[in-house]
Amino acid sequence: QKRGYAATTTQPNDGIQQGVAYSHLLKRGPEDALRNPELAHISAVNGETTKMNLFQAVNDAMSIALATDENSVVFGEDVSFGGVFRATTGLAEKFGKDRVFNTPLTEQGIAGFAIGMAAVGHTAIAEIQFADYIFPAFDQLVNEAAKYRYRSGNQFNVGGLTVRAPCSAVGHGGHYHSQSPEAFFAHCPGLKIVSPRSPIQAKGLLLASIRDRNPVIFFEPKNLYRAAVEEVPVADYELPLGKAEILKKGKDVTIVGYGAQMYTLENAIQLAEKKMPGLSCELIDLRTIMPWDVDTVVESVNKTGRLVIAHEAPKSSGMGAEISSTIMERCFLRLEAPIQRVCGWDTPFPLIFEKFYMPSMIRCFDAIKTSVNY
Amino acid sequence: MYRSSIITTTRSRLTTRFISNPSYNRIVLTNRLYNTTTTTSTTTANVAISQHEPNKTTKIPSWHNIDKFTHELSFMQHLCDISKAYRVMDHTGKILKSEHDPKLSKETILGWYQHMWTLHTMDEILYEAQRQGRISFYMTHYGEEAMIGSAAALESQDVVYGQYREAFMLLYRGFTIDDCMNQCFSNTLDGGKGRQMPVHYGSKEHNFQTISSPLGTQIPQAAGAAYALKLNGDKQAVTICYFGEGAASEGDFHAGLNMAATLNCPVIFFCRNNGFAISTPSSEQYKGDGIAPRGIGYGIDTVCVDGNDAFAVYNATKAARAIAINENKPVLIEAMTYRVGHHSTSDDSTKYRDRKEVEERAKFDNPITRLRRYMELQEGWWDQQKEDELRKEIRKTVLTKFSPAEKIPKPGLQELFNDVYDEITPSLALQRDELDQLIKKYPEYYTTHEYASSSLK
Repeated sequence: QKRGYAATTTQPNDGIQQGVAYSHLLKRGPEDALRNPELAHISAVNGETTKMNLFQAVNDAMSIALATDENSVVFGEDVSFGGVFRATTGLAEKFGKDRVFNTPLTEQGIAGFAIGMAAVGHTAIAEIQFADYIFPAFDQLVNEAAKYRYRSGNQFNVGGLTVRAPCSAVGHGGHYHSQSPEAFFAHCPGLKIVSPRSPIQAKGLLLASIRDRNPVIFFEPKNLYRAAVEEVPVADYELPLGKAEILKKGKDVTIVGYGAQMYTLENAIQLAEKKMPGLSCELIDLRTIMPWDVDTVVESVNKTGRLVIAHEAPKSSGMGAEISSTIMERCFLRLEAPIQRVCGWDTPFPLIFEKFYMPSMIRCFDAIKTSVNY
Repeated sequence: MYRSSIITTTRSRLTTRFISNPSYNRIVLTNRLYNTTTTTSTTTANVAISQHEPNKTTKIPSWHNIDKFTHELSFMQHLCDISKAYRVMDHTGKILKSEHDPKLSKETILGWYQHMWTLHTMDEILYEAQRQGRISFYMTHYGEEAMIGSAAALESQDVVYGQYREAFMLLYRGFTIDDCMNQCFSNTLDGGKGRQMPVHYGSKEHNFQTISSPLGTQIPQAAGAAYALKLNGDKQAVTICYFGEGAASEGDFHAGLNMAATLNCPVIFFCRNNGFAISTPSSEQYKGDGIAPRGIGYGIDTVCVDGNDAFAVYNATKAARAIAINENKPVLIEAMTYRVGHHSTSDDSTKYRDRKEVEERAKFDNPITRLRRYMELQEGWWDQQKEDELRKEIRKTVLTKFSPAEKIPKPGLQELFNDVYDEITPSLALQRDELDQLIKKYPEYYTTHEYASSSLK
C-alpha cells in the first residue's frame, strides 16, 4: 500500500472512523448550513453561502470585523503576508498596513500592546502564532487583561481585546506545536475562552468574541484549518458566547467536548452505537470553555444519568476536572455511573507517540462503554 | 563611577541633546519644534555581485544604517557618551543658562510648589496612618517631587501609564486629596471600589490608567495605547509611561520599547532612576550606563536629565512630547534621582543603606528646596513667612481630609462580584448567593457594619 503524506483522512477503523472531511458535523450544502436556528435571522435576509475551510472562515470574520469597525486592528508575528496559517491573507492589502501589521517577535509585547490599544477604546485582534507560545504573555493576560475592568472599578476595560491562537494536535507538532492550554486560562476570572469546531462556528464565534466587551482568548484547532470545509454564510453574523450546542440528541449518555475533539467523539459515538444496538448518545459542543454553559450540560446529564468528557489537554486539572466536579455537585442524585474523563496523559505532548497520547476514538469509545455498562 | 553623582551641565550649544543614533547625532531642540521632516528608511534589495570584484559586497538587509566592514577586530564598549544629565538650575536654585529657563509665570511655579508640598505632606500623613494600622499599605514619593515638571509639560488629553510613585501627575491634573484618601481607605468613594491596595490610583476623568502592581506591564501597554492615538489621526495626544530603573529589567521593558520603535508610536518612556529597587542598588540592577543607552539600542531618541531639577524635567518632557507628536515616534527620558523614603511601608531601608547617605541626599539635593531657592531668587516671589503659611495651610487641609475618608463606609458587598466581566455570569451569581446565605447564617462571624448596605447583608 502506498503511503500518503500529510493525509487529512485517517485509516478507517472497523469501517467507522472517518476523517474530518467526511464528518456529518459539517454542513455540506447551503440549506443544511442555514437550517441552524441560530442563523435563522440571516437566512431570511441573505441566504448566500460560500465554501470555506476554517482558516478562510477566520479570515472572513476578521475581514468583516475590520470593515465594520474602523477602530479595529489585526497584528502579530508574520500576519502582514497572510500569516503562517494563511488566516490573515489579503487583509493588509485590503485595509492598509496601519491596521494589519507585523510586530516584533515578542508575545508579552503583543499582548501588552493589544491591552493598551483596547484600554483606550480600540478593537485589538492579536495573534499568537501557536498557543504553545502564549506563555510569555501569561502575565499580561492573567494579571492585566483579565483584571483590567475589575481593578479599576469599571473605569477602564479591555473589552476590545481578542487574542487568537492556533492550538491542539496536528499529527507531528511535538511539544511546542500541539498544546491545548485552555485550562491555564480557565482558572483566571475575567477572561473568556472560546474554541470553534468548524468554519461556520469559527466565523460566528470569532465575530462574537471580537465584539464581546470582555477580553477573549480564541483557540483555533490548527488541524482543522484546511481539513474542515463547510458552506459558510456570507453575511455578518455572530454565534452566542457562553452557550453550548447540542449536536446530537440522545438519552443514555451525555458526551461533552470542544474544538477538534468533536470529530473524534463523533466517530466514537458511531462505533458505540453500532457495537451496542439501541444505545443513544447525546453530543454537546461546549464552544465557550469559560464561562461554560453549565445549565445545558446539567440538563442533559439529569436526563441521561451518565457523562463522558474528552479533551486533548492533560487530565490533571484540565477542563474535564472542572466540568466533572460541577456536574457531581449539580446532578449527584441522577448520576448512574462515575463521570469519565478521556484526556491527554499527564506528560508533555510527545512527537512519535502522538497516536498513543491522544484521547482517540477508541479511548472515547471505551469510556462510553465503561459508563453505560457500569 | 556611579552616574547620578556626576550630574553636570551639558556643554553643548543651546540644546536638549536627544541622542538619536551612535554617530553623535546632535539634535537642536529649537529646530525640532518647527522642523517636522520625517525620515523613512528604505530597504535596498539584496543584489548579487560578482565574486571577482574584491571591494564590492552585497548589502546586508538587517543593517539599516550601516554598510561598512572593517579589517580590525575590536569589541565595542561605548556607542556614545550619554552619561551627562541635562540640568537647568543647580541645587541653589540658580539658572545655569538663562536661555534654558522656561520662564514660567509666578502663578505656575507657585502652583508646582504647592503640589510638591501637598504630595509631601500627604505622604507624611498617610505614612503615619499606615504605621498606626489605619490603612494597610503606603508608598511615599520623597525625593522624586520634581517629577511634577513632567506633568506640567503634558496636555490633559495625553494618556498616563504609571508604576506607583506618580501621584504628582494625578494631583497636577486635579485628582484631589480626598480622591487619594478615599482610595487608600478603600471606601465607597474610591473609583476603584476598594478592590486594590492603597496607592493603586486610577482616574478615567484625569486620563490616568489604573495602577497595577506587576512591574513593567504598563510599558508595552503604553506603546499600544500610543499606536491607537496615532490611528485616530488627530496628532493631538501622546502616552507617557513611567517606570523605575528596576522595572526596566523586566522583559516587558524590552518588548515595549522595541515595539514602540518599530511601530512608530508617539509615546514618552519616562524612567525614574532613583538608585534602588527595594533593597537592590542600581549597581546590581544593570552593568551598562543606566537605562538611557538602551534607548539608543532600540533606535529611540533618548535624553538623560537631572531628576531633582523640575525645570530640566519640564523642558525634556516638553521637547519629548514635540518629537512624539510631530514625528510619530517614541522618546526615552531617564531622570536621575534618589529614593529618599523607604520603598514602602513594608520596607525598612536602613537594613541595606546608610541612613546618613539618605539624610545628606534629602538635605543637599532636595527637589522641593531647589525650587524654593529658585523662587527666593526671583524678586518678591517668596520668603520665609510665605513658606511657613503655605506649609501650615497644606498640613491643615490634608489633615481635615483624613478623618472623613476614614469614616466613609466600605463599598457594598455586591462589588466583590461586579466588574469581573461586563455582566455578571450565572456561576458568579450563584457564588454571590452562596456568600449571601453564609452572611445570614453566620452573622457573628461576617460582621458587615463597616460596609455600605447592599443585597448581601
